[in-house]
Amino acid sequence: MIRVVLPQHLRTLARVDGEVLIEVEGLATQRAILDALEARYPVLLGTIRDHGTLKRRPFLRFFVCEEDWSHEAPDAPLPDAIVNGLEPFLVIGAMAGG
Amino acid sequence: MSGVRVLVGTRKGAFILTSDGKRERWDVNGPHFGGWEMYHLKASPADPNRLYASQTSGWFGQIMQRSNDGGKTWEAVGNKFVYDGVPGTHQWYDGTPHPWEFKRVWHLEPSLTDPDTVYAGVEDAAMFRTTDGGQTWHELKGLREHGSGKHWAPGAGGLGLHTILIDPTNPQRIFIAISAAGAFRTDDGGTTWRPINKGLVSAQIPNPTAEVGHCVHRIALHKSRPDTLFMQKHWDVMRTDNGGDEWREVSGNLPTDFGFVIDVHAHEPDTIFVVPIKSDSEHYPPDGKLRVYRSRTGGNDGNDWEALTKGLPQSNCYVNVLRDAMAVDALDRCGIYFGTTGGQVYASADGGDTWNAIVRDLPAVLSVEVQTTP
Repeated sequence: MIRVVLPQHLRTLARVDGEVLIEVEGLATQRAILDALEARYPVLLGTIRDHGTLKRRPFLRFFVCEEDWSHEAPDAPLPDAIVNGLEPFLVIGAMAGG
Repeated sequence: MSGVRVLVGTRKGAFILTSDGKRERWDVNGPHFGGWEMYHLKASPADPNRLYASQTSGWFGQIMQRSNDGGKTWEAVGNKFVYDGVPGTHQWYDGTPHPWEFKRVWHLEPSLTDPDTVYAGVEDAAMFRTTDGGQTWHELKGLREHGSGKHWAPGAGGLGLHTILIDPTNPQRIFIAISAAGAFRTDDGGTTWRPINKGLVSAQIPNPTAEVGHCVHRIALHKSRPDTLFMQKHWDVMRTDNGGDEWREVSGNLPTDFGFVIDVHAHEPDTIFVVPIKSDSEHYPPDGKLRVYRSRTGGNDGNDWEALTKGLPQSNCYVNVLRDAMAVDALDRCGIYFGTTGGQVYASADGGDTWNAIVRDLPAVLSVEVQTTP
């Protein structure tokens, strides 16, 4: 299972506490994780990726094993530590006040 | 005894204020959706417990919420707003072409007869409609594509469609307003539209009397007389008596004719209210005095605007009152409500003669709507 950590507001929206466990069939990629996440929690559609283009929303970032994967190709394979659940896939709201 | 429910959208959540018909004691419930910008909440006239809310965030985009129990519980409904076809460009602030991009829902206007039908005014300006209670939204593209869209430009707050008024005698006729494009009208339920800006004069555009390009801030009407509309423009308070075919200025003796809100008394179709703001860059009341101005002739007299000050701060007040932040109730003694960027919601239970802050330390208020409950 892949562990996904969502920002607090998205956890509230999806009505989940703590980490979300996601099962991904086939190659584990950012796209596959987000597809599975949105399939399980349709209320998150459009909140992480734009509805039409499926591009990452500009004020969100994806962190993987202490690296910023926000600009990596969405179909690039994720490290084994993400695949086997040793490390979580982090969806982070950009540090912008307001 | 009748009561009122006030729906307040703020920069950091929504609040629901309730009172009985006396409107002396208030319960404050919230924040709902804390941390989110709540641009607008509005109830269905056909089902008072059916509420809709626009929940937005710079981080997470647009969420639409629906309640079937008067705001006690909420469920997220559809949030997919996709322009119909290739949306093209409008003007940017400097006049250069800029692609149309959906940003947020500014205003929700439920149908007068069907709780599942709602119109949504969005930024970048377009009109959407749901007929399934908010699950799916479809653009009424005749507005954006009627021909002048490429000349529309955003106001300081964005290119927002912020006002939707359904003619209560003819639901095929709808009035809308966009900053900064102007006012438009459909007579066929939203299929075709035409600008209704004749008589508006705006020094901020190359041709001050152009067909489009005017920064209309708000329009209001009284249900008994839907051909008479009142407008608070960027500058100027305007009136039409023929459904927008021609407007005339009725600013009269106002201390400044800049402002955002305008509304009409529930039982007196010629009694209107505005909150004058000093200027387009000084978004606060003149002289630090928060004053509602009332005309009992719909501005026709020219010099009958009277300052309503009892209970409102008359020194060192530098808040703004945004365009969707005034509403009236329908009780026998009409109540008037408005919210400020300082987080106060003021109410008058006597037609504007006296005012009280029914809550005063909310986040900046974006919108105020009122329901008169049985």
